[in-house]
Amino acid sequence: MPFRIEIALGPGYRDAAGESVKNAIKSNLDIAVDDIRTIKVFTINANLTDAEKEAVASGPFSDAVAQRYSVDRPLASDFDWLVEVGYLPGVTDNEGKTGREAIEDRLGRKLGADESVHTSTQYLINGNLTRAQVETICRQLLGNELIERFDVIDGRSWDAQKGIPARVPLVKDTHQPRVAEIDLDVSDDELIAISRKGTLALTLEEMKAIRDYFKQPEVLAERRNLGLGPRPTDVELETLAQTWSEHCKHKIFNATIDYVENGKHTEIKSLFKSCIRKSTEEISKEKGWLVSVFKDNAGIIKFTDDYNVAFKVETHNSPSALDPYGGAITGIVGCDRDSAGTGKGAKLIAHTDVLCFASPYYKGRLPPRIFHPRRIMEGVVRGIKDGGNKCGVPTINGAILFDDRYGGKPLVYCGSLGLMPATINGEPSEDKYVKPGTFIVMAGGRIGKDGIHGATFSSEELHEGSPATAVQIGDPITQKKMLDMLLEARDQGLYTCITDNGAGGLSSSVGETAQFSGGCEIYLEKAPLKYHGLDPWEILLSEAQERMTLAVPPEKLDAFMSLAKRRGVEATVVGKYTDTGKFHVFYDGRTVASIDMDFLHDGLPEMRLQAEWKPVQRTEPELPTEGLTMYLQDLMSDLNIASKEWVIRQYDHEVQGGSVIKPLTGKDNDGPGDAGVIRPLLDRMAGIAVSNGINPYYGDIDTYHMTACAIDEAIRNIIAVGGSLRQIALLDNFCWCDPIYDPEKTPDGKYKLAQLVRANQALYDYTTAFGTPCISGKDSMKNDYKLKGEDGKEYKISIPPTVLFSAVGVVPDVRKCVTMDAKMAGDLVYAVGMTKDELGGSRFYNLLGHTGNNVPKVDAAMAKKIYDAMSGAIDAGLVASCHDCSDGGLAVALAETAFSGGFGMEIDLNRVPAERLFRDAQVLFSESASRFVVTVAPDKAKAFEQAMEGVPCALIGSVREDDRFLVNGLNGTRVIDTVIGALKESWQYPLRW
Amino acid sequence: MAGKVKSLVLTGYGINSEVETAYANTLAGADAKIVHINDVIDGLVKVDDYHLLNFPGGFSYGDDLGSGKAFANKVLYAKTPTGPMIDHIQKFIDDGKLIIGICNGFQILVKMGLLPAFDKNYTGQTATVFYNDKGFRDQWVRLKVNTESQCVFTRGISRIDMPVRHGEGKFIPGSQEVLARLWKNGHVALQYADSAYQPTQQFPDNPNGSVDAIAGICDETGRVFGLMPHPEAFNHITNHPQYTRLREQASRKGIALKEEGDGIKVWRNAVEYIEANLL
Repeated sequence: MPFRIEIALGPGYRDAAGESVKNAIKSNLDIAVDDIRTIKVFTINANLTDAEKEAVASGPFSDAVAQRYSVDRPLASDFDWLVEVGYLPGVTDNEGKTGREAIEDRLGRKLGADESVHTSTQYLINGNLTRAQVETICRQLLGNELIERFDVIDGRSWDAQKGIPARVPLVKDTHQPRVAEIDLDVSDDELIAISRKGTLALTLEEMKAIRDYFKQPEVLAERRNLGLGPRPTDVELETLAQTWSEHCKHKIFNATIDYVENGKHTEIKSLFKSCIRKSTEEISKEKGWLVSVFKDNAGIIKFTDDYNVAFKVETHNSPSALDPYGGAITGIVGCDRDSAGTGKGAKLIAHTDVLCFASPYYKGRLPPRIFHPRRIMEGVVRGIKDGGNKCGVPTINGAILFDDRYGGKPLVYCGSLGLMPATINGEPSEDKYVKPGTFIVMAGGRIGKDGIHGATFSSEELHEGSPATAVQIGDPITQKKMLDMLLEARDQGLYTCITDNGAGGLSSSVGETAQFSGGCEIYLEKAPLKYHGLDPWEILLSEAQERMTLAVPPEKLDAFMSLAKRRGVEATVVGKYTDTGKFHVFYDGRTVASIDMDFLHDGLPEMRLQAEWKPVQRTEPELPTEGLTMYLQDLMSDLNIASKEWVIRQYDHEVQGGSVIKPLTGKDNDGPGDAGVIRPLLDRMAGIAVSNGINPYYGDIDTYHMTACAIDEAIRNIIAVGGSLRQIALLDNFCWCDPIYDPEKTPDGKYKLAQLVRANQALYDYTTAFGTPCISGKDSMKNDYKLKGEDGKEYKISIPPTVLFSAVGVVPDVRKCVTMDAKMAGDLVYAVGMTKDELGGSRFYNLLGHTGNNVPKVDAAMAKKIYDAMSGAIDAGLVASCHDCSDGGLAVALAETAFSGGFGMEIDLNRVPAERLFRDAQVLFSESASRFVVTVAPDKAKAFEQAMEGVPCALIGSVREDDRFLVNGLNGTRVIDTVIGALKESWQYPLRW
Repeated sequence: MAGKVKSLVLTGYGINSEVETAYANTLAGADAKIVHINDVIDGLVKVDDYHLLNFPGGFSYGDDLGSGKAFANKVLYAKTPTGPMIDHIQKFIDDGKLIIGICNGFQILVKMGLLPAFDKNYTGQTATVFYNDKGFRDQWVRLKVNTESQCVFTRGISRIDMPVRHGEGKFIPGSQEVLARLWKNGHVALQYADSAYQPTQQFPDNPNGSVDAIAGICDETGRVFGLMPHPEAFNHITNHPQYTRLREQASRKGIALKEEGDGIKVWRNAVEYIEANLL
């Protein structure tokens, strides 16, 4: 009999969770409630004696000092409304899983396979609310209907004797697993319909290629031998659709593009090959530190003589729109599996996250089923927090951008770095291999219907009793346990190949690694399931989290399985690698799929796409000549510039003990650090710097310069803390709106594709110019949110084309790193780099309500000189502080340097190295690339100026003893007169939650 | 120094600071070994063979059921081939050996009843470490050391800086009597302090709202010690958030900074004690 344990706070204890919900209801929904208390509920579906129930409730489930508990007796009383929020069947319940283990530990016996623990939370609300208001609170704040159920009970009809019955949210699927065959010998229209109905996302060309494959006489003959019919099974069709998906094959980046600019036509064969890979190949001839690029889950570079670093950044946008918390946590722990599953395996050492949201203060109408941006932001941040903190990986750098075009789909870029010894058991750690006869072992979590068909949730109604396939919830602890164990296995040489189960699940992880041996056999009935009733294709494609696929040689299998068991990690042999050339799948002894490996991986027809570039001319704003102090204050409060301390403090950035440059820095530890620096090997002084460059607003003018600026910004931040161009690697991450022209669906597709082409041209031009290769990357090409509203209208919100460059640099000695805060009164302030009339897409123009035309352009040759000179000056210990000059221009960088250091400043705009500028606002707020604000001790000024010889660099003022921030304009009069306290307050208050 | 101090650093189930904790032990001169809790339960490693037992920080079981609860439950009821694990730990304490619990490790020690353990009764919980008033927070804190405390680990230290990174670090004694006794018998070892290194209830100097700003306590012997902040995360001067400012100030005075982080003092004290009393 299932029973309930309820846990409430003891008298006098502060209910911080209740308080924060109360505040959120007020701030997000503008509904006032008097008081909220919380009760934790465990529904235990296990046979326990009364004494055992008592032992469990009083032991691991409640705190002896701060909490009280009850068994099968409600604790709720004195409320106007009671809301209980629990998971729907099949949704990952991490705490329930821990609860089950805790019972086993406490009682010293194992529970049965069908015994389980489920959690829910009660909110006791006091206040004058209608049921409709309470239901709004449920939907908007307390839970998510996609994955959770609500009980809403009003205080008057509450029966304290009866309470809420113990309900067990298990998937009760009586479905008998089956394999379907699909007839592809049909008309073109029907082929398209099959693709659409099955959410296969295959084009007509691709469907035809599949149909033709299954018509080949030799294929038919082989199928007959295996007992397969002439028609493909659903297992085969789904496997092909998955393997050929945009997500896995990057079809747009590999397409042939007809690009038209000024009436001139160029044919581009694969942006990936002709821009990204070509650049890296060229650079790799000169740089000896590239270890593995573009071929593994993450890129690998050399760190020290005996250690390498793996780096991967990817996005998890759509899931985060649906379930911000689950989407984001799955994003970060998923990216972790990429870095951890690179080469023979890496130890995770850092995270970096870049998030794009609509304004959390958005007041407009929201389309149905889209969460308010603030809820999305809070949920995503919580997901990133739990994903990083609970896995013990420090989040050392990141960025948050706001633009209302991210309202339909937030962008959640998750980055993960791993450290690996250069050799493991005498073999290069980057080499993975699979010999025929090796076992396919799946380790970690179990398989459910989680994330099948990733983004195609909306077509399916969720109901009690049906599993939630839409959303996955990451389980950081299951993953941490697994990854810890796999590092032990790696060092003992217990496997030869490792890869993660992400998109496409086993079909993808085994399909890809089977290329090493030349084939595989998978036995789907052996795969451990969360619940019964999965069809074979679902087992193969499930994207259930926290799973890795390993190639374990037969002679190591016992040792591997024994280690897994001793570490509490589930591991199962699900097949073996072969050299038959076939992707061969069995279920209960019967073949359910057999596809030629060659066709699976190389049978995909190439796309041909159209692109046309037409620059847009925009109006220029009138520049103000007065009130510049106020404009600066307003800019400090621009959400894109304002302090993100509320978010940063929630991320552990110190774990692993090697923190050097933290995301917040300065006198009061609250200034905006440029790049994060860590010392991953504690007994050495070599460091790793991580930064990001992103500016989608420039893309509104020209994505070529947007991309150049993003590359420049990522590099500049590494230089600012003490890195150098000697060794900086980049990762490119493209998030685009659908760029495939369609007269009805996407009439502006040619322009959007031209934007993509230009971005890639800049990528090639600037990565080669800087000698900073891209070592890995990712693209997410369909960031449009389309849905039919309750009003019957179609909604489409497209993100602005957004490219993120993440940089990793090696710092030879972290003791020489510098931070951005002014250090001493009397120090000299320098502006480095040339300021030009480049306010197009700037935060200042945005403040004036304009985009403009003069987008910042990067002069790569000059930038290189500047960066080399700056690296030399920092290495020589000549620089007291160095700050990247970006959003908001010189004025914002100077203000940040001043208030972070706790000193005032006096600046003369006439001395700023500038190109034909006659307006103070231009000098102050232009966002020209490749610039720094630097402070230098007076006795080092001469040496610093010598070090900067040949690059634009000028002494523009000094650090004051007091707190006044003063700027003298081009005509000698004071144009900004304020105090650093005021600037800092303007900068901090907008996101001080 | 030949008879080396042997230090056991536990890991597993989401503990995540074992590497830097072992490193801090090593810097202090101990011979440190990282061991999975299950290898101790399985009898592959014996607690008895060590002088110092470290419960490092982390997120054991993801803080599910309340921080440290599930791990404490596991240790309390685990059976090794040579008897219950808790008996081995009791013997370890009786033998005059040392235990340190940091962050999640502190939560585990308190919830197991190993701290504060009045009258050397190491069973039963008398205090708790509970949800912060304002959620998870990563920041550096200033700590004032109670020089009246018998705590072995904080000897000779009067003030020290370290990072905190936790969501459940609010120390709450079970009653006023418990609190009074904690003070009277020298259990209180560390308090969160303001810029003048005076104990404070002000957020964020006191990051979690701990009663009497208590950041760390020891048992009556001073040999079992737990604290929320992370001394192992201050193993080198570059860890300090003010490092570049300190370096700049020092360089203008023409002096060099000491490289070792202050956090290592905690283990130096432990190693010194063990060398004097147990080797």
